[in-house]
Amino acid sequence: MASAVESLPILGNHPKDEVRACDTTSLPVCLAAQKFIKLHAVAAVVFLLIGGLAALALGLTRWPAVHLLSAQWYYRLLTLHGLNMLIFWILNFEIAVLYFAGTVLLNSRLASKSAAWIGLLLMVIGAITVDAAIYAGKSDVLMTSYVPLKASPWFYLGIILVAVGALIGVINYFATLYIAKRDRTYTGSVPLVVFGATAAAIIAVVTLLHGAVVMIPTLLWSMGIIENVDPAWYRITWWGLGHMSQQVNVCAMVSIWYLLGTLTVGSRPLNQAVCRGAFVLYILFINVASAHHLLVDPGVGAGWKIWNTSYAMYLAVLASMIHGFTVPASIEVAMRKKGFDRGLFGWLANAPWSNPGFSGFFLSLVIFGFGGGITGVTLGTQQINIMAHNTLRIPGHFHVTVVGGTTLAFMAITYYVIPLVFQKDFYAKALCRIQPYLFGGGITMMALGMSFAGSYGVPRRHWDVEFTGGQFATGFDAGAHVMLGIMGIGAVIAFLGLLLYCLLVVAAVFFGRSLEGKPMLAWNEEPRGKTGETAAAVDEHKTPGTLVLVTVFLTAFAVYYFANWMWLSDLWEVR
Amino acid sequence: MSIYSPSEGWLQAPRGPERIWIGLALTWCIVMSLAMPYWHFYGKQNSSGESYRVSAVDFGARVRQFAEAHKVGEEAGIPIVEIPPGGDGYLLARMWSFYPVLKMKKGQTYRLHISSMDLQHGFSLQPLNMNFQVLPGYDHVLTITPTSTGIFPIICNEFCGIGHHMMTGRIIVE
Repeated sequence: MASAVESLPILGNHPKDEVRACDTTSLPVCLAAQKFIKLHAVAAVVFLLIGGLAALALGLTRWPAVHLLSAQWYYRLLTLHGLNMLIFWILNFEIAVLYFAGTVLLNSRLASKSAAWIGLLLMVIGAITVDAAIYAGKSDVLMTSYVPLKASPWFYLGIILVAVGALIGVINYFATLYIAKRDRTYTGSVPLVVFGATAAAIIAVVTLLHGAVVMIPTLLWSMGIIENVDPAWYRITWWGLGHMSQQVNVCAMVSIWYLLGTLTVGSRPLNQAVCRGAFVLYILFINVASAHHLLVDPGVGAGWKIWNTSYAMYLAVLASMIHGFTVPASIEVAMRKKGFDRGLFGWLANAPWSNPGFSGFFLSLVIFGFGGGITGVTLGTQQINIMAHNTLRIPGHFHVTVVGGTTLAFMAITYYVIPLVFQKDFYAKALCRIQPYLFGGGITMMALGMSFAGSYGVPRRHWDVEFTGGQFATGFDAGAHVMLGIMGIGAVIAFLGLLLYCLLVVAAVFFGRSLEGKPMLAWNEEPRGKTGETAAAVDEHKTPGTLVLVTVFLTAFAVYYFANWMWLSDLWEVR
Repeated sequence: MSIYSPSEGWLQAPRGPERIWIGLALTWCIVMSLAMPYWHFYGKQNSSGESYRVSAVDFGARVRQFAEAHKVGEEAGIPIVEIPPGGDGYLLARMWSFYPVLKMKKGQTYRLHISSMDLQHGFSLQPLNMNFQVLPGYDHVLTITPTSTGIFPIICNEFCGIGHHMMTGRIIVE
């Protein structure tokens, strides 16, 4: 654990007996916030498990040698998987992150307990409504529910309830920021993690409003009250929800990277202005990112597509590339200061890889950057999208952003949330230590299989690559089948990592040894390098190892990007 | 520390490797931004999104008229229809088939109109892996020039209900 001697100079605004000092970090923990962090985290893990069980069945269905489910159950569980993972698991975890950042890090109380209750209940009731509507079999519309595909009204109503609940949670966070500022519970600017969480919250508001704009008419349409919802309008507005929410996930994930860097190796951001500026870029330049789901659509023209792809995307991409440097650079400086100052990568080799908080965080960083970032920008290029749209390349991309990136980062922070917030000790620490590798490795393998299968043209959201019963015999060559097999094996490994995570969390939360009044047991011994190399000797701006890493990254990016242009030029001419 | 308020004077310009990297990353972003308008004018593969509002009934009538006028054969009970070079061809997507089978000539340019009778569908041309979205109510026009010959399957890659995996079609290029 990093040193936590910097004490807060001003007493918070906590009512008597509603705060405790953390036994490990000395940070003030608002007890009301603690309760809601726990409740949202538990709800999140339950939805993760539901979505994970569905994921296993889906992986085993798309693996042609297994082909487990019937067509009906494949699409039903695909609907269930998307919503439970991308909305219910992630949003519940994010509300927990917001409540943590707004209270503990600002030494404030939670603004409203009743609002927190209402938000939580709406999110849980909404999610159960959606899941029940899917199980009932009248809502096989997949997560995007593209009109005129119609689900039962309960499906849309449930999503609206979840969105409203999440919005209440976000507003409660803003209210907490306000009372913390008003009551002067901190001095100067908010900490970087709070800044990043606030960026996530701001984007979340815009996102959830898009959700309301698209889901309310769709609900009325499914009830028969309005006659028609235009499919092109639906797509552009729905993706205002669907894509922007991914930027919420990115902001939350990057905030957790900074948080875990501090918790695991005591890193500090090299330049706060740069890190914060990058978060601002996310807020400003993501708003029309829904465009890159419409790059081969009718209804919007080339000018619109190109403008909204590059203006909105590339400054947000710049933001991610900046974090992709500053996060590892801060680790490099922290480790060099601890005495690991030899060579280019001595700092990295000696990092606490057995600490699941660190390994999960660093794997998340690498998988998100190399896997998700490079593929996302390339596939989201207007013309290149012609050979990616609705193929398995797309889920191959987002399973290494939102799963290998965001979900893995959330798993990593859990190894601190359970001892510090739940005040419970983990069982089977050896299994905890391997869990991030199992999950990160499995999901990377699965996504690689998806991406390569997609390059052969294999569609996403498709039950049968043999097209059994189709008018014309069609299929894919053996290479695509091999890739689908790799995808299936990766899915099984990732599921084992997910199941292990859920079991470890449940065992610790419900049956773990209490840590109340005790500091948490550190995941690793304080890394200590050779004596004689003192902290003062390390230049804060000397990060040669990171510079090499990002150069490798940029090279890989450019190779993949230009290779795709080359492949595109081989296709039929089309305008 | 990322979890404490920064000390005063945190607003500083980047220096050292951080500055170099931001410069490199920004340059790369600009290169990528310029690549798309460049390809729009000089590249041969673009999705211009040319489209017109059309009702399912009208589009269906146009497709039938086109099929009757230019039918050259039949396969699996579906007419094979040759698009006149330089002319307009029609492809109708519905649950769960593409209609009709289209015949084209290599090197000729065609205006291919695609629309849906019911749900959203995907036009995915294999094994080239060229993909376009098909929406009901929109006539999506692709100005397309085949540059290879053979039999090219079309598959639907937008979920359209339980029979989605059976939705296939065909383009023949001579």
